[in-house]
Amino acid sequence: MQYLLLIYGAEGAWDGMPVSEASKMTQEFGAFTQSIMDNGNYKGGNRLHPTSKATTVRVRDGKRVVTDGPFAETKEQLGGYYLIEAADLDEATAIAARIPSARFGSIEVRPIFERPPA
Amino acid sequence: MPPGRVIEQVYREEWGRIVAALIRLFGSFEIAEEAAQEAFTAAVEQWPRQGTPENPRAWLIATARHKAIDALRRRSRWEDDGDPEEKLVLAEQPAREPFDESAVEDNRLRLIFTCCHPALRLEAQVALTLRTLCGMTTEQIAKAFLVPLPTMAQRLVRAQQKIHDAGIPYRTPAAEDLPERLEAVLLVIYLVFNEGYGGAGEGRALCEEAIRLGRLVAELLPGQVEPRGLLALMLLHHARRAARFDALGEMILLEEQDRELWNGAEIEEGARLAESALRSAPGPYSVQAAIAALHALARDARATDWPQIAALYDVLLRMQSSPVIELNRAAAVAMAQGCEAGLSLLDELEDRGDLRDYPLLKAARADLLRRLERWEPAAEAYRRALALTASAAERRFLAKRLAEAESMLNGRAR
Repeated sequence: MQYLLLIYGAEGAWDGMPVSEASKMTQEFGAFTQSIMDNGNYKGGNRLHPTSKATTVRVRDGKRVVTDGPFAETKEQLGGYYLIEAADLDEATAIAARIPSARFGSIEVRPIFERPPA
Repeated sequence: MPPGRVIEQVYREEWGRIVAALIRLFGSFEIAEEAAQEAFTAAVEQWPRQGTPENPRAWLIATARHKAIDALRRRSRWEDDGDPEEKLVLAEQPAREPFDESAVEDNRLRLIFTCCHPALRLEAQVALTLRTLCGMTTEQIAKAFLVPLPTMAQRLVRAQQKIHDAGIPYRTPAAEDLPERLEAVLLVIYLVFNEGYGGAGEGRALCEEAIRLGRLVAELLPGQVEPRGLLALMLLHHARRAARFDALGEMILLEEQDRELWNGAEIEEGARLAESALRSAPGPYSVQAAIAALHALARDARATDWPQIAALYDVLLRMQSSPVIELNRAAAVAMAQGCEAGLSLLDELEDRGDLRDYPLLKAARADLLRRLERWEPAAEAYRRALALTASAAERRFLAKRLAEAESMLNGRAR
């Protein structure tokens, strides 16, 4: 079986953390990632930019509607995901608009933190 | 001209072009703005002593480019995230594009589409456009939109961060996306204009910036009709600014304005643009401009071509159905065919209930009843309009009309 582990938390928590604590947290994340890589559980994972960098794509009446923010309605739940490579946000939203359920649901496009070169 | 004045003028005219060129080179709003500021500071120091350079824009771009490279060097010494180095390599390549006229203008066009990107909140699009393309300071923008300075500063920073982190591109949209994206750009420009047009004079700078932006888009996209229509619409409204308020700041209705005070040059240009837009494939802005042109070209309210205006409102309604447009159409029909005809259209609108709490519907009804000298229902309609109106200038106007109607009523009763 594969499982998706979704990490929730108050976005402000990181900003409010003292530098020493934040870097300790980063180290812990690194160690955790390494441990699940070592024992073969790891398939992938990324840190997301905060919701202030999110863009929502919907298709209504055949027209693409792009808006700022993560405005999924409360009656909408997470039902799947695609991880894509795109040149920029315009290409990403164009691809998002082709997801069939964009016609009745919402696709949240969230940029992924670029990793420092290994 | 003293050097200080020259720099001021160059700042107003060239800021957007210079920032656009630098963003193109460095891919960062923050670096571009900082470097442009520094270049202007250098100009203030050097031009009075060494004389104004032959090509001030080229001088400023070259100076800003050096400043930005210096800043990136300093930064790459302190940070090792590799990013500044990469930008440095890009920027140090012998200028890939010469800063000729067309490259500079292309950059400005790209920048408009970036600032008015739909992935940014509308209020952020407006602020970013005024800051980046018009060179208004954060303080000026905050004041114009009655927002505290820190709020506006944060709005701008967040928008710039989103552009960077979410990868909003710096480019003119592909042909298939152009109509939709252009609509967003025109909306931002029109919002800026309307924000400035509401008050009695303090908003003039915003109106002028909006017209400048409209002119820019119309010139850079000559194949598109609606930018021309919007520019025409703004010019035709702006032409009336000196006649819209009296010395005490009281609103004066279009039909009572002193037409001698209207700006003939703006009307002429606006009418010419509106006509050319109408002959192509007009959209809503072009049709509204044509209506404004008919008002502006008429000698007085009675000589206005009301049947033509009513017909243009029909065209507009087919493009975008809206009860507010229907209301305007009813007012035009009243002038063309008589107040009774207008009133029965207003009745239909009122029965549908879309504009139940819209003060201008009550005010329009009151006005037609007043013209028919039906003072009792007129007074009642003015009272209802007053109850729904928030704007102080409009309230004073309605109260004056209500007092007139009431005195006619009392006069008759006596």
